[in-house]
Amino acid sequence: MAEPDTTLPRDTTAVPVQLELVVEGIDSAQAIAQIEQALAGIPDLVYARLNMTTRRLSTQWAHAGYNAAPLFAVLDRFGYRAVPFTTNQAEQEESARTKWLLRCLAVAGFATMNVMLLSVSVWSGNVTEISTETRDLFHWLSALIALPAAGFAGQPFFFNAIRAIRSGEMVMDVPISLGILLALGMSVYETAHHAEHAYFDSALMLLFFLLSGRVLDHVMRLKTRATAANLAALRAPLASRLGPDGSLSEVPADALATGDVIVVAAGQRIAADGLVVQGQSAVDESFLTGETDRRVVLIGDRVYAGMLNGDGQLQVQVDAVGRQTLLSEIETLIDNAVTSKSRYVQVADRVARVYAPVVHVTAALTAIGWLMAGASLHDAVIIAIAVLIITCPCALALAAPTVQVVVAGALFRKGVLMRSGDVIERMADVDVIVFDKTGTLTLPDTSQPDFARLSDGDLRLAGRLAQSSHHPLARALRDYARARCGPLAALDDVRELSGQGVCTTYQGMDLRLGSPAFCGLDTETPTGGQSLIAFARDGAVTLLPVGQVLRRDAVETIKALQTASYRVLILSGDRAEAVEPVARALGISEWQAGIKPADKLDALNRMKAEGLTVLMIGDGVNDAPALAGAAVSMSPTSGADVTQAAADALFMGEGLGVVAQTLALCHKGRAVMRENFLMALVYNLVAVPLAMAGMVTPLIAAAAMSGSSVLVAVNALRAKSGRLARSRTRRAE
Amino acid sequence: MSVLLYLVPTALGLGLVGLFGFMWSMRSGQYDDMEGAANRILNDDDLPDQTIRPAANDLKGP
Repeated sequence: MAEPDTTLPRDTTAVPVQLELVVEGIDSAQAIAQIEQALAGIPDLVYARLNMTTRRLSTQWAHAGYNAAPLFAVLDRFGYRAVPFTTNQAEQEESARTKWLLRCLAVAGFATMNVMLLSVSVWSGNVTEISTETRDLFHWLSALIALPAAGFAGQPFFFNAIRAIRSGEMVMDVPISLGILLALGMSVYETAHHAEHAYFDSALMLLFFLLSGRVLDHVMRLKTRATAANLAALRAPLASRLGPDGSLSEVPADALATGDVIVVAAGQRIAADGLVVQGQSAVDESFLTGETDRRVVLIGDRVYAGMLNGDGQLQVQVDAVGRQTLLSEIETLIDNAVTSKSRYVQVADRVARVYAPVVHVTAALTAIGWLMAGASLHDAVIIAIAVLIITCPCALALAAPTVQVVVAGALFRKGVLMRSGDVIERMADVDVIVFDKTGTLTLPDTSQPDFARLSDGDLRLAGRLAQSSHHPLARALRDYARARCGPLAALDDVRELSGQGVCTTYQGMDLRLGSPAFCGLDTETPTGGQSLIAFARDGAVTLLPVGQVLRRDAVETIKALQTASYRVLILSGDRAEAVEPVARALGISEWQAGIKPADKLDALNRMKAEGLTVLMIGDGVNDAPALAGAAVSMSPTSGADVTQAAADALFMGEGLGVVAQTLALCHKGRAVMRENFLMALVYNLVAVPLAMAGMVTPLIAAAAMSGSSVLVAVNALRAKSGRLARSRTRRAE
Repeated sequence: MSVLLYLVPTALGLGLVGLFGFMWSMRSGQYDDMEGAANRILNDDDLPDQTIRPAANDLKGP
């Protein structure tokens, strides 16, 4: 951090305080200047710097009594969503380890270059006329550089090897360490005996390329960890705090204090630990207990931060806030994201476990074989070292992780967050894409809401009821009501019925907001392409048509997907009159309307039984079962918390184009992964017999080994861009 | 071959300068935000409101 971008001439004698924030929605270079300049006027803010890579904003405040509200207001004004964030232990350790590996890599690189410089001189001298004294000098100089450098840069391998030997395990670091130490020891011996060849360069080059692989792997893991942590922080919801006057205000979960009462809408994650003081519901506590059955909670029951609220609205009196409660959930999420290894990585791991003993045995047998064939001990050891070096499965270990780094990075830049590496492989298998309509293909046209049919009193009630729902139409109504009537108080005992609506009893009145059928209306007046919601007060029903607009690139995206021979379907809970025009506009012939959540799941299961791999894209509470049941699923970040928890990948922004891009990239990614495995395999099949036959010196072995690793890593870069149509045709053949 | 007496130390010295340069840049966090750095260079916000930023504060980070 060389130079702060926002500084204020303020007395900073008090102890400065740090606040880290995750900011969502940063997509352009202007965001940096925009945010950092806008924050300049905030009192007590000493320093603010946005990190584009991690999408985090570091801020420093003059003293602990600062007020962060203006900062949130500024970010909100520009349309960025920010959530306070604490870097967790695991991420800090990972970051420190990556830096350490990078330092080792730098030392190995420096030493390799300088030793190479000396080696090349010796090689050219060997074919012309170099004096033995000069050669020895150069060899001793090489030793002087190589021995301390290898001692420093080899630490990651040596430590792992020692740990593995102590616990009686077998990892690839054992033959690697052995190979390096043998090559170095042999070289010192050769130098002392004025020999023509020394192998300091081979040992260092091996170290350098192995470290490159490790660094890449760690950078990928660090990125996944950071993304997962951001995601977890973003998902820790803004809590709706109930003020003393009964009004609701949205505050970051971290800003809650013990004793506050928060209102938790259906489908939301609970922001803090506490006791239920109002309402009843069923909560999903699978992250705590592993039980998938929901637990019914009543007044007086305990709920914990991170639990998913089911169908009812709860009021919770907070008794524990902040890190100690949320941390467990965040940790779980992050560990899931990092440790859920993809199929290919698992294959590589298994291969490595079997491989390590094979390498040792092969090298030992080679040495014994050559000795028995009458070779000198010196030659036998040199050949055995070459075998050890050449059989290091670096290329095999790099094959999958490098591709994952590249694909995850490319998707991240497009605003797609993947929950685990194996999403790439599952995405690549997709045959059928099922879309939800409302909120996924279309967005509510909030620019011209037609809510004026409601009287002001009804609008207030409807708006208060809408606050408890995550449905996009309810949100549109809520925003409209807030704009017209000001802040709205929460209603008690609101229950949300998946795919139908919300209802409660208020001052003896039965209030309902949802589908017309839910409000007791059988005859639905068709109104073109509009969606209908209805509000009922004691049976007096008002129909509220809400216009829908297609996401801006929906037409092109669907066309591109169909051209790429994907089968595209719409399964919507909305009325046929509303779904039909959308399907027609998009050119989708297969659509079903008026479907309940359970029916969606049935439809998916039927397709699964036909042997099809389904990608489900949806955002509503009613999509959660389908998202969880599909082979792979995506959800916009605007969706309900439940939906986000169930989806494999989340996409940000207003466009649908990222769906096609994700599919294309994952396709390409898998193809490149397969190529990499093939290359690594071919390399070993060719090189190992040659090395055993004694046709490869340790230097050539190190060069060949490095060459295959570089080839695999460079090939992985090809996964950066994928074209949808082409990858698909190849699959269809 | 006396040329080696200063050529070899020079080569090593240059290599070491590079190594320490890298270590320094890593420690001072210059690799923490590669994407941001690429974008920041396009912002010319340092031109207009220099006056509200005191030079003393510009030197210290968090």
